[in-house]
Amino acid sequence: MPQELRINNNKFIDQTTRLSFKFNGEKLYGYKGDTLASALLANNIHLVGRSFKYHRPRGIMTCGSEEPNAIVQIGNDPSLTDPNVRATEIELYEGLEAFSQNCWPNVKFDIGGINNLLSPLLPAGFYYKTFMWPASFWEKYEFFIRHSAGLGKSPTKPDPDIYDHKYYHCDVLVVGGGISGIMAAKLSAENNNETLLLDDKNILGGATIYQNNDCFQIDGTHTNYWLEKEIKNIKNIKNLTIKTRTSLAAYHGYNYLLAKENLTDHLSPDERKGKIRQRLWKIRAKKVIIATGSIERPLIFNNNDRPGIMLSSAIKKFIDFYGVKAGKEITLFTNNDSAYETAISLKKSGVNIVSIIDIRDKSSSKIVKEVEKHNIKIYWKHTIVNTEGYRRISFIEIMQLSDDGSDVIGKKIKLKTDCLGISGGWTPMVHLFTQSGGKLKFRSDDNVFLPDKNKTPSDQISIGSCNGDFDIKDIILNSNKDVKTFLGIENSSFDNLKVESSKEEMKRNIWLLPSDKPIGKTKPFLDFQNDSTAKDVKLALREGFKSIEHVKRYTTTGMGTDQGKLSNMHALGIIAEITGTNMGELGTTTFRPPYTPLTFGAIVGRNVGEFFDHTRKTAMHNWHVQNKAKFENVGQWKRAWYYPKNGETMFEAVQRESKAARESVGILDASTLGKIDIQGTDASEFLNRVYTNAWSKLAIGKCRYGLMLNEDGMVYDDGVTTRLGENHYIMTTTTGGAANVLTKLEDYLQTEWPELDVYLTTVTDHFSTISICGPNSKKILSKVIPDLDLSDEKFPHMSFKNSIINGIKCRVMRISFTGEHSYEINIQSNYAKHVWELCMDAGKNYNITPYGTETMHLLRAEKGFIITGQDTDGTMTPSDLQMDWIIGKKKFDFIGKRSLYRSDTIRDDRKQLVGLLTDDPKEILEEGAQIVEKLNQKPVEMLGHVTSSYFSPNLNKSIALAVMKSGKKLKGKKFFVPMENKNINVTVTDTVFFDKENKRLNA
Amino acid sequence: MFIINCPYCGERDQTEFSSGGEAHIVRPKQPTELSDDEWAEFLFMRKNIKGIQFERWNHSHGCRKWFNVVRDTSNDKIHAVYKMGEKPPVNK
Repeated sequence: MPQELRINNNKFIDQTTRLSFKFNGEKLYGYKGDTLASALLANNIHLVGRSFKYHRPRGIMTCGSEEPNAIVQIGNDPSLTDPNVRATEIELYEGLEAFSQNCWPNVKFDIGGINNLLSPLLPAGFYYKTFMWPASFWEKYEFFIRHSAGLGKSPTKPDPDIYDHKYYHCDVLVVGGGISGIMAAKLSAENNNETLLLDDKNILGGATIYQNNDCFQIDGTHTNYWLEKEIKNIKNIKNLTIKTRTSLAAYHGYNYLLAKENLTDHLSPDERKGKIRQRLWKIRAKKVIIATGSIERPLIFNNNDRPGIMLSSAIKKFIDFYGVKAGKEITLFTNNDSAYETAISLKKSGVNIVSIIDIRDKSSSKIVKEVEKHNIKIYWKHTIVNTEGYRRISFIEIMQLSDDGSDVIGKKIKLKTDCLGISGGWTPMVHLFTQSGGKLKFRSDDNVFLPDKNKTPSDQISIGSCNGDFDIKDIILNSNKDVKTFLGIENSSFDNLKVESSKEEMKRNIWLLPSDKPIGKTKPFLDFQNDSTAKDVKLALREGFKSIEHVKRYTTTGMGTDQGKLSNMHALGIIAEITGTNMGELGTTTFRPPYTPLTFGAIVGRNVGEFFDHTRKTAMHNWHVQNKAKFENVGQWKRAWYYPKNGETMFEAVQRESKAARESVGILDASTLGKIDIQGTDASEFLNRVYTNAWSKLAIGKCRYGLMLNEDGMVYDDGVTTRLGENHYIMTTTTGGAANVLTKLEDYLQTEWPELDVYLTTVTDHFSTISICGPNSKKILSKVIPDLDLSDEKFPHMSFKNSIINGIKCRVMRISFTGEHSYEINIQSNYAKHVWELCMDAGKNYNITPYGTETMHLLRAEKGFIITGQDTDGTMTPSDLQMDWIIGKKKFDFIGKRSLYRSDTIRDDRKQLVGLLTDDPKEILEEGAQIVEKLNQKPVEMLGHVTSSYFSPNLNKSIALAVMKSGKKLKGKKFFVPMENKNINVTVTDTVFFDKENKRLNA
Repeated sequence: MFIINCPYCGERDQTEFSSGGEAHIVRPKQPTELSDDEWAEFLFMRKNIKGIQFERWNHSHGCRKWFNVVRDTSNDKIHAVYKMGEKPPVNK
């Protein structure tokens, strides 16, 4: 295709490098330096998408991140496809494939377009109003609404790209590489500040870099030449780091900022291989200079959304920077002088300008006079009342404005045009400023919100047009002055610049331009992406919405992927006008990060897959793997769950393991239990205060089970603590609670009881724990440690011995979580696998059976031992657990003691721990199942729920623990556990099912 | 995201710390002598101030020490940092 819309412009576009790309399957080409948008326009394609609600055809409207319409899907690879990419931002590369979104079957003929005809029936809040009733129909509505909602398609497969994070510290961060940003960066770096300059484009210079106009000169040359020279110079400054293609996403407190650097999105798929795609910069800057510029406003008039209607500044950039004519017969519509700059650029490139329509009465500024010299027809005090052309603008209708601007008068004039540039003034980009906590003030001369210097967080300034300076003279003068003051600089190379510009003399602003038709019959779009019109905003106000935040959500104005960058000011203006409020008092909606969307990849960086969360493995982990263990996650730990043999199911394996542990001997890796080493002269007193039971009289070499409460009296953690010496204890905690228990104990020690001489050290990883249990456990231990006297007299239950295995020091505790005669060997972790294997070897003739967490849970349930976190849930007191025996009633105080007799904790209808037996011993209850008394009651009263449930191979029946209202009084009573297809009959019992007399501990 | 000047380690990023809520709530010396209401006051009642707030912070990913911070919750400005047991350097 000949590119007749392309002019020669070798500065920014490399016309020697042709790049082919596809749009909706059609093969096209552009040049290196193009964006997808400029390449499409060069191919005379304006229609790129459909609007969200009415499916109206929409075209490229801007040349930057504020683009509401030209949103495309890039690629169709299920793992790499990228939705909601702005065609105005993505740089063209060889092989790029883009697709229109939100249209079916295609962008030229879209079935959803029927919504456009139905639009009188789809006012603001349509969905809220219509689908409210009947409530039961919501699920059916939802299916259709969800189906038609949403823009773009998410990738369906994992993202193979690499993303990176980088921390960066600097003295001064300059955000934005336009003329003021470049001046600031130079001043900063030249004055010994480590400086970082960021810009989201691939080339520095903002809009000035292509401003080649006689009206705007610095030191006698056009502003673009002057700036080009400056950019060349700053690249050699040592203290200055420049990052292009890097967009600032968020500005948090204490000058912490996030920026996304695009590293490969502009490269062809081949060139991308093996490279990092995006990098998230986490920046701490001592000082921040915001120079984010401004974006042009559209004008709000009837049918202002057709393909071919663009911002006047975008038309200028396309011709001056990309060398692309946006049309052959261009019309400009404006309320200020900016459109005249576009007119001159177009004229220079030989584009025919149909006319300029200006709502002002007259202007005699330098640039307007310059345009008048070219004999371009200017319709002063006129407005557009309608446009025509479905897939591309073809005609406009204009009329004269009444003096007050509220109506149109005179005869309608119809003009033929294929492109309309609109200019409604400028909006400073204050997003970052407000994100950081800055407050805005309103300037009524030109209706802009600006950073309020008195309400600016410290260590930052805004300069340039984001600070409300739109004239190049003001920009240079004020940027220089403000940066010098901010950084304490005395003299600057910009002090004596001679700047020439065209001063704008006349302003006129009409938020909603009148039409010859009543408003109900017009379509003046405010938010182009969400299809909200000025009508919708008016309706919302009539319906009583007053707060700007409410109007925004009700009409969805400003809620698209562009976040209202184009539309918000007009919505505010219209609301202020109708409600008779001052815009400054009305305020703006909140600007929240990110400024432009971030990919999830950039947010997570390298923290994916196994790097997302730590995996903790015990010293014996590889042994478990080799012995085919199945693992379960307990916090970050991988714990052996069960060891299936010969194709056993989990149930079968657990039954076998549980039987073996009671009949001969079982072995468990208990290393994950938390271990805290406690030392100090007040260690006993400390334990007295943190556990419910008494500790002062525990003899050295003895162990004791302890229950720990929260200050509210609820059970928090439990475990066995051993007295190793006069002032030395080792505490065990639950696996999941280890870190929190340590934090809690440290908190009390440091803040409530600093007078106690106690030191806490976590030793969870330092020691591994091997638990050997069962009637033959003594025989195993005597083989592994022949020197140790294992007689009940010398080594009774709940006691501890220091010992040595193969020259390795170890601590052996005789404690039991299963009710069997059992031992725990604690050993330095790097020897633990060796000792584990010694035990396995010693147990060969006794069928020593490794068992996992599931069997451990089953065995302890047979004994009615609780697991905190399974049988408790933060609402159970010791008494609720039928563990009143563990409360040291004579103790003066312990954590949670006072709460044990609050009016709520002494209620006797609290949920309390009970045992449950099913009438059919083969029936196993589901954990979490509800327990009821009356089946036909409506609503049925739920008395409690099952917390632990197993089939006990040692009792040959199903057993369960449950919590039930007034459970202590219910022993022997019958209840139901209703399931989906049956009701299970159960009887409340004691919590101890097996060996009630504890004979086996000493067997 | 603020920077906290840990009295033991110096300036560190907020992510290294965890907040422990309102400061200067002393655990009663003789809880048994308190009524249910008095105990509940200690146990549950906390202020949530917009403005200057005295809070406990723990350098949980550092020295593990607890200390107090005077922070303006409306703009996160930290006015003072002081060790446990010390008097607040600004008026409470």
